Amino acid sequence: MNGVHLWAVQRITAMFLALAVVVHLVTILVAVRGGLSGAEIIARTSGSLAWFGFYAAFALAAGLHGAIGLRAIGAEWLGWRGRGVDALWLGIGLATAAFGIRAAWGLFSA
Amino acid sequence: MIDTRPRRHPAWIAFLIHRLSGLALALFLPLHFWALGQAIQGEAALDGFLRWADNGVLKFAETVLVVLLAAHLAGGLRVLALEFLGWRAQQKTMVAASAGVALAAGLLFLLNLGA
Amino acid sequence: MTGTAEDTLRVSVWRGNEAGGALAEYRVPARANQTVLDVVTYIQRELDPSLAYRFACRVGMCGSCAMTVNGRARWTCRTHVSKVAQDGALELRPLSNLPVIRDLATDMAPFFDKWSRAKGTFQPKDAPDGAVPAEFAVVPPASRQREAADAGIECIGCGVCYASCDIVAWNQDYLGPAALNRAWTLVNDVRDGAKRERLDAVAGDAGCHACHSTQSCTERCPKQIDPSGAIAGLKRSLFWSILPGFR
Repeated sequence: MNGVHLWAVQRITAMFLALAVVVHLVTILVAVRGGLSGAEIIARTSGSLAWFGFYAAFALAAGLHGAIGLRAIGAEWLGWRGRGVDALWLGIGLATAAFGIRAAWGLFSA
Repeated sequence: MIDTRPRRHPAWIAFLIHRLSGLALALFLPLHFWALGQAIQGEAALDGFLRWADNGVLKFAETVLVVLLAAHLAGGLRVLALEFLGWRAQQKTMVAASAGVALAAGLLFLLNLGA
Repeated sequence: MTGTAEDTLRVSVWRGNEAGGALAEYRVPARANQTVLDVVTYIQRELDPSLAYRFACRVGMCGSCAMTVNGRARWTCRTHVSKVAQDGALELRPLSNLPVIRDLATDMAPFFDKWSRAKGTFQPKDAPDGAVPAEFAVVPPASRQREAADAGIECIGCGVCYASCDIVAWNQDYLGPAALNRAWTLVNDVRDGAKRERLDAVAGDAGCHACHSTQSCTERCPKQIDPSGAIAGLKRSLFWSILPGFR
């Protein structure tokens, strides 16, 4: 991964996240009315491939986008640089994404 | 201590807010995934967590998160406009607009909480 | 300031070298029309001849007199005291992000080294050995590329943008706004033949991708050049170049 590719992934995921976050914010605002309940959330997501697909993609993009951003903060404010650190951030990004996809799966199969 | 004198212009403040909101969101995300992952244990587990979170302190924290998310989104769109579209002239306007959008999102969240 | 004018300015000047230093206090007579350079000159001529500082043209053309005035990088010859003094007080320090030689004079070598690393030199097409090309290049002044180049070619390498950039402070390898601005003017020069090498030189963590658009460079440039815009342009050029099929 050279600098251009890392930057490109960051910006492409940003564009996808921009749309996903708008959808997410609207969904939150509507869902929160009258109180939040597990039943209401699961009613929306259970058995819905569309919501699962959306949230899985959302989790992947967010995991990568966040990790690349944290990498910049680590390098600039904490001096963490080098191939080992890069591998760590990649790991964290993928692990976070996996955790999110697991949650999305949980909501799909609930 | 940091000298704030050269850093008081809009684009710099916008950068700081964008970075700090991103940091907060990145740290919050695993927590968020863990909470939602409770659904794997069934609806009751998820409901249990939601009821635990149904108090003033946490609702305030959630509102802050919504504001941070909207701020990070709006600021990010400004950066994308600069980098991909080359929009220079409206940068400061976009900074102000971003702040407005973020606060509006927080307000909408609070209003819907009470709805 | 309204009311009675201050008779004297209280001027704090950083004195020291690469090992360290501290602020020294001086009292300088306030005058009706006075630039910060006038103040520094007064201190060196009348109060303390050991003060080291740089200037040359005194009229805002050379950029030699750049230093940090009340926290911000400026050209002292073009900075009126009345515009920056806070309650009759001034604080002068050498430019940030550069090694200090002595007092207000910094070592500009790292700044120009990075200029060179960003391939900020013109490489003629069709005449790589430096010979004069046979034909004149036709460059319409109103073309998009020429206008992009023209927007940045007035840079005189004063270092104000470099001193104002936080990424330069946080990332030792970062080439900085001036070097990247210069690279952008050359990327847009249709007569230049080193575009690929130059784009490679400015990519990555040490290059344009380290810029976070804080835009302090554009905010502070005394010539109203826009290095932020130039850096965004480099990012765009590099982005399109990684897509398959890009020439």
